[in-house]
Amino acid sequence: MFLGLEPGAAVPEADEPERRPGLFRRLAENLSRSRKAMAAQIQAIAFDPADDSVWEELEEALLLADCGVPATVEIIGRLEREATAGGLRTSQELLAAIERIVASLLAGSESRIDLAARPTIVLMVGVNGAGKTTTVGKLAEHARRAGVSVVVGAADTFRAAAGEQLETWAERAGADFVGSTRGQDPAAVAYDAVSAAVARGKGVAIIDTAGRLHTQGGLMDELTKVRRVIATRLAGAPHETLLVVDATTGQNGLQQARLFGAAVPLTGIVLTKLDGTAKGGIAIAIAHELGLPIKLIGVGETLDDLRPFAAAEFAAALFGR
Amino acid sequence: MFATLSDRLAATLGDLRSRGRLTEEDVARAMREIRLALLEADVNFKVVKTFVDTVRGRAVGEGVLTGLNAPQQVIKIVNEELTALMGTGSAKLTFASQPPTVILMAGLQGSGKTTTAAKLAALLMKQGKKPALVACDVYRPAAIDQLKTVGAQVGVPVFERGTAEDPVDIAQWGVRQARSQGRDVVIVDTAGRLHVDEDLMGELVRIRDAISPQNVLLVLDSMTGQDAVNVAETFRERVAFDGIVLTKLDGDARGGAALSVRAVTGIPVKYASVGEKLDQIEEFHPDRMASRILGMGDVLSLIERIEESVDKEQAAELEQRLRTNDFTLEDMLQQLRMLKKIGSITSMLKMIPGLSRQMNNAVVDERALDRVEAIILSMTPAERLRPDILNGTRRARIARGSGTSVQQINALLVQHKQMKKMTRSMVTGSMPRIPGMPGLGSTGASKKRKKKR
Ligand SMILES: Nc1nc2c(ncn2[C@@H]2O[C@H](COP(=O)(O)OP(=O)(O)O)[C@@H](O)[C@H]2O)c(=O)[nH]1
Ligand SMILES: [Mg+2]
Repeated sequence: MFLGLEPGAAVPEADEPERRPGLFRRLAENLSRSRKAMAAQIQAIAFDPADDSVWEELEEALLLADCGVPATVEIIGRLEREATAGGLRTSQELLAAIERIVASLLAGSESRIDLAARPTIVLMVGVNGAGKTTTVGKLAEHARRAGVSVVVGAADTFRAAAGEQLETWAERAGADFVGSTRGQDPAAVAYDAVSAAVARGKGVAIIDTAGRLHTQGGLMDELTKVRRVIATRLAGAPHETLLVVDATTGQNGLQQARLFGAAVPLTGIVLTKLDGTAKGGIAIAIAHELGLPIKLIGVGETLDDLRPFAAAEFAAALFGR
Repeated sequence: MFATLSDRLAATLGDLRSRGRLTEEDVARAMREIRLALLEADVNFKVVKTFVDTVRGRAVGEGVLTGLNAPQQVIKIVNEELTALMGTGSAKLTFASQPPTVILMAGLQGSGKTTTAAKLAALLMKQGKKPALVACDVYRPAAIDQLKTVGAQVGVPVFERGTAEDPVDIAQWGVRQARSQGRDVVIVDTAGRLHVDEDLMGELVRIRDAISPQNVLLVLDSMTGQDAVNVAETFRERVAFDGIVLTKLDGDARGGAALSVRAVTGIPVKYASVGEKLDQIEEFHPDRMASRILGMGDVLSLIERIEESVDKEQAAELEQRLRTNDFTLEDMLQQLRMLKKIGSITSMLKMIPGLSRQMNNAVVDERALDRVEAIILSMTPAERLRPDILNGTRRARIARGSGTSVQQINALLVQHKQMKKMTRSMVTGSMPRIPGMPGLGSTGASKKRKKKR
């Protein structure tokens, strides 16, 4: 079975309609004035490929969205080729082409979290404050609504009150909680959580880890060990290792993906805090360089605020449509 | 990996020597490199634009682009302009004439407010203050527990009233509590909030109005991208923060966001948070940010450290000898000993431009220097001065004497030859950017040391 139905429909809209506008609208509502102006402008003018200012504005929008230079160059390059080939005549066509190109850079990003294995083990990793613990809670809730039973493991044994924070989320999401004491070996906690899922016949175990900067060699080794212990406890596990990336992150996100990926093989990205004004273009840079799919996005601080990733919507939001 | 700006400018402008004059196109290319470097460092697009215009204006105006060392001149201008933007000297907190001094912490979710609040308390305590903490994050699960734990760790009282009350009331009560208990600084921790969250921004304004803080600090993650300016502008409009704390600077983020925010708001960065331990906070040195943003490593710190530990006379003597003589093994030994005084190789390499990023995973064999020292010490004075006399028998003897192998001695002699070539070019003026060092660079994963935190 797969977690996540159609984009935006994963949670029935009827639940609390006024509190949960579609992601699309939410993102569009939060546009900066300049971006709005730009989108309007693009749509208003007839597109002339020889007009440098249009290309400059496109480049500006992509860079301001944190796409980074290489991915921006790639996108603009592909657009220019299409324009030269005569495929783009109106601004509408131009915008549609951008969305298509961005979506193709994110190809594979709409893959879902596969819960076929029983239990499925999900390992959550990332830098401090990215949104790992919150995402564990949201994902647990998501699984519960899909009829899958959940254990969460508090392998963040470092940050003060990290266990209590996760326990609160576990209660809210009706998940079993495997706790830890501060300073305990995180690998041992992960081991216990996997064991609990196996023994209790749970559908999924989601393991939270302490935030760490990718430059901290010793802590990255610790993560490698956590993964190794999980793999030893259950063949084929962890089935998902998700890097949680804050959408406000700039180009350092690439380095995060590279070095976390070197410590533990990643299966995808969770892009959080897309409810702000940051566009999360760093995810495009990551997909462009590393081919890592974006699997889920976070759009707020409640249990409901997790969505499957939808490439077309994401691309459209970059340009404020 | 991206090259540093100096590498790029050297590549762009380096062939000037052969061509003599710079075309308009050359200037444009140089400016393009600067622009790219700043964008990669997360400096805001609009800030970059103005910045590059300023640099171009100066470069053309001062005619530096016609000189032979145009790349260095441009770097110098870029550095000066960046430093000017960042400001100089460290900005201090404002203390109330009637204690307690109130500090309000604000920022986005996950930026590091709670940890920073405790660190600041610890720092102020070291400076003889009696701080207290107030827990106003009633939203994030266990946020209050977290503040209580870190507060206890640094030995500072934490005033909290659970999660059922209005944060505005808690803040007001907390400040009163602090005053009545004779605390002279109160640090008010608040929930992370998005700048576009009307309700929560309104709450923050009400908290500020209720407690009239002398300091409002915006806690900003150094990994933030282009959006930093939107965040900062809104927070400034709403709560008029007057200082920034830049967090997670112990990572490898270039921190261009700090520059953007400073450029757009004019508000100084006051503190830098550089680790997860509660004493890892320092006053911010804006002048050092420029080289970090440009990926030039912490060159200033490196220079400082070298100056502190190198005996100037000895160094001058060595240089003098090199001018007149060849670089002998004896010289190599002396240089080595100077190096060792400066610090561990790993920590030094981290500060060298361009190397810091590549060094992320490399593991340096710290004992290599000791080994080289042992080898040279096992040589006779004649051998040290004239390594060409080192035949097989002598090498075998030295290997035995120094507890090394003939291969290691051979490797050392090769390195010595390279260094000799290099010093010759250094003395004749064409100094290489990164001086070679002996015996480095084994990248085996076997020796990774565990950093315990
Ligand atoms: N606005 C918003 N805040 C989020 C989102 N995800 C997490 N957060 C907040 O970010 C902060 C840090 O989250 P946490 O899960 O503790 O991060 P961790 O350190 O990676 O475990 C908390 O205040 C969360 O409420 C999101 O999608 N949107
Ligand atoms: Mg956490």
